[in-house]
Amino acid sequence: MAFPRFSPLLAQTSAVFQRNFSVSAAAAAIQKMTRVRVVDNSSLGNTPYHRPPRVIHVYTKNSVGKVGDKVLLAIKGQKKKALIVGHKMPGDRMTPRFDSNNVVLIEDNGNPTGTRIKVPIPTSLRQMEGDYSKVLAIASTFV
Amino acid sequence: MAACSRGLDKIVTSLRFCRKLQHQNERVFSTSACRPAADSDPPKFVPPSKPVIVDKTQTVASMRKFLSPEFVPPRQRTDPFKFFLERKDMIRRRKMLNIPEFYVGSILAVTMADPNASGKTNRFVGICIQRGGKGLGATFILRNIVNSQGVEICYELYSPRIQKIEVLKLEKRLDDNLMYLRDALPEYSTVDPEMKPVPFSPTGEVPLNQIKVKMRPKPWSKRWERPKFNIQGIRFDLCMTPRQIEGAQKHAQPWLEYDMLKEYDTTKLEEQILKEVQQDLSK
Repeated sequence: MAFPRFSPLLAQTSAVFQRNFSVSAAAAAIQKMTRVRVVDNSSLGNTPYHRPPRVIHVYTKNSVGKVGDKVLLAIKGQKKKALIVGHKMPGDRMTPRFDSNNVVLIEDNGNPTGTRIKVPIPTSLRQMEGDYSKVLAIASTFV
Repeated sequence: MAACSRGLDKIVTSLRFCRKLQHQNERVFSTSACRPAADSDPPKFVPPSKPVIVDKTQTVASMRKFLSPEFVPPRQRTDPFKFFLERKDMIRRRKMLNIPEFYVGSILAVTMADPNASGKTNRFVGICIQRGGKGLGATFILRNIVNSQGVEICYELYSPRIQKIEVLKLEKRLDDNLMYLRDALPEYSTVDPEMKPVPFSPTGEVPLNQIKVKMRPKPWSKRWERPKFNIQGIRFDLCMTPRQIEGAQKHAQPWLEYDMLKEYDTTKLEEQILKEVQQDLSK
């Protein structure tokens, strides 16, 4: 899966230590304007674009997105709903914390757009069996 | 003399016996006096059995003394009785679940009960990057890179959900806190989940891994070059210019080590608690 060019997590092969923009250390959960990483193998999430996918709305009461919440993304100039499957913010004990804010593209009825998720998914998503059973079915590993 | 003749007789009879059996072997047995009865096989050099030295001095006394850091209470204004009661509860839990000795930098495998996981248990293997908390709320963070995604899980040592903690590799690192592995190259945080446990002895020194880790380009999540973190395990010469390293040293606070109010000597307390814990655990 091709990483988008902008990601500061990429190990740059050049010896130049310049940065094109400043990044703040993310310790908050997902909210509006966060850049996210799409982890399924859908074409919309994987084709490179000059702007990273950003969250423009979080479908929760307090506009803070945690694992299992639906968000609205702006990808490649289109609006698309997505499901949060992991974030950089430390959560409860015994729950995994990922090194990137991961998101899976989803349709309005809850069906995933891609066909496979290679990245590990937290097992707490299994509780929402009814809504996201198809997303769980395409996941390969659980953490 | 009589013994020798008896021996000779035996040799002669056994030789005849051997010749009957062995037709291929042309070796002639020497009929030197007092030679023991020859075997049917050619005399193969059998080295004398090595004496087994049972080192009775290696008793419990020589086992490595290790007190888990969460037993040592912080310096607070609470009654020591509260810590005593907490220690009793910790020992009760330790009698049920074996919490082995491990340090930051060791590789652990933790099996925990998970109602959502298939088979109700969830096994995670990772390198321990931090041990925090005191008393029953003590935690440790395991880090691993799974399918090129970095995952960290903060486990509570005394949580009833934990079913098994195995130490796959016991070792120490140059630092107490390996949070800089988040900004290091992924090869330093990857641990093979099917790793076989490396045997280690309960006596002697814990092996110290002097590895110095190569970092990703800056910016990092924290400014690890600053003397506040006092990190020994990063190769700063590869990622920073000498000017930058000097500039980071400007943030040093050399007076801190002489600050008497920050002194907290735990040696006597540790000995006392270790004795108490060992007594209670053996009951």
